[in-house]
Amino acid sequence: MADEEDIILSELDDEELVLQMHDDLYDGLKEEIEEGVRILLDRGWAPYDVLTKALVAGMTIVGADFRDGILFVPEVLLAANAMKAGMAILKPLLAETGAPKVGKMVIGTVKGDIHDIGKNLVGMMMEGAGFEVVDIGINNPVENYISALEREDADILGMSALLTTTMPYMKVVIDTMKEKGMREDFIVLVGGAPLNEEFGKAIGADAYCRDAAVAVQTAKDFMSRKHNKLAAG
Amino acid sequence: MIPSDTVLTEEGIGPAHKGRILLIACGALAREIVDLKEANGWTHLDLTCLPAKYHLWPDKITEAVTESVEKHRDSYDDIFVVYADCGTGGLLEQRCRELGVEMIPGPHCYSFFEGNNTFAAREEFTAFYLTDFLVRQFDAFVWKPMGLDRHPELRDMYFGNYEKLVYQAQTEDPALDAKAEDCAKRLGLAYERRFTGYGDLKTELAKL
Repeated sequence: MADEEDIILSELDDEELVLQMHDDLYDGLKEEIEEGVRILLDRGWAPYDVLTKALVAGMTIVGADFRDGILFVPEVLLAANAMKAGMAILKPLLAETGAPKVGKMVIGTVKGDIHDIGKNLVGMMMEGAGFEVVDIGINNPVENYISALEREDADILGMSALLTTTMPYMKVVIDTMKEKGMREDFIVLVGGAPLNEEFGKAIGADAYCRDAAVAVQTAKDFMSRKHNKLAAG
Repeated sequence: MIPSDTVLTEEGIGPAHKGRILLIACGALAREIVDLKEANGWTHLDLTCLPAKYHLWPDKITEAVTESVEKHRDSYDDIFVVYADCGTGGLLEQRCRELGVEMIPGPHCYSFFEGNNTFAAREEFTAFYLTDFLVRQFDAFVWKPMGLDRHPELRDMYFGNYEKLVYQAQTEDPALDAKAEDCAKRLGLAYERRFTGYGDLKTELAKL
C-alpha cells in the first residue's frame, strides 16, 4: 500500500492534485506547494485559478480549523509560509494576466506594536482574494497611515494590534481621519487578539475582524456595498 | 507548601480556607504571593490560583475568574483578583466591576512587577519579558506552544521584530539568571537582567 511519501504530484489528475495541495498546505509543505503550482501552470491553468482553487481554498480550510481549535498558530504559520511560496510564483503571472482587482488595502500595526503575524496573514489572504495590499509594516504613527491612504488611493485601512496597551491607538488614527474629513472615504477594519466587536464599535471602526478569513469576507462585503452605492448614486 | 510549577500550570490550586480575604490569582504568581504572605505575616489573605496556562489563552481568563468569584464569594468578606488585564482587552476589568471585586491595575504582570508607572515610562516595545516563573517554565510557555521545538525555522517570524529579552527577576537566583540568558540566546535576542522584586504586586496586596 502506498503511503504519503510515495505520492508523485505530477502523476495525479487535476482534481486529485488540487486536493493533495490542500493537504500539503495544511501540513505546511512549502516545496510540495511550489511543485504543485508549477505543475498546474504547466498544464495550462490560469494563475488566478491556481491561486483561488488550490491555495486560497486550502488556506481557508486551515483558517477554519484554526478557528475551531484544531490547528494552532505554529501550524498556521507553516501553512502560510507554504502559501506564500506558491504566491511568489503566481504574483508576476497574475499581474501579466490581469486577474480581477477587488480593491486596495493599506495595512499596518499601530504605534508601539511590533507584532505582525496577524497582519501578515491578513495581508496574504487579502491578496489571495484579489485585493491589492500595501503593507506599511509595524509601529506606525498616525502620519504613516494618513499619508499611505492618501498616496495609495486605497479603499480600505486595516489596523492591527496585539497589546491591550497599543490597541487604543487605533482610535487616535480614526479620530485624525475624522478631523481631516477623510474618514468616510475609507473602510476601516481592525483586528488583533485583545480586540473585540464592542471595541471596534467604540472606536468608530467599520468592523472588527476576528481572523484573516473574516477580514477577507468583511472587506468583500464592504466593497460590494460601496460599488452598489456608487452604482445607485 | 507550594505545588510544583506543573500543577500551577495545569491545575492551579484551591484555597486553604484560612483568612477573610480571598486572592484569586494566576498560577504564575503563586510562589510570589506565598512568599509575600509569609514575609509580611498576611494571615488574613487566602489564596486560590487558576491554571497558569491561561496565560496562553487569555480568552479563558475572564470566565474562569468569574466562576471562581461566584464559587467562593459567600465564604469570604472580600475577594481580590490578582490578574492585570493580561490580554483580555479590558473584558476582565469590566467583569470585575460588574462582580463588585477589585483587581490589580496594569496591562500585565511584566508591568506591575516593574511598577506600572515605571514600566509605562520605558515605552520599551521591542523587549520580550520573562519573570521568574516564565524562565523556569520557558519551554512549556514559550518554546513548545510556539512550535519552536518542532519548527525552529519559525523563530524569526515570532521574534524577528524584538531586540532583547528582559528577565525581570523577582528573586536573586544565579541559576535562573543563567537560564534566562540561555533563553535569550535561543530566541536570538540580546539579554538584560533587571531585578524588579515584587513591585506593585507587593504594594497592592499590602493595601488589603
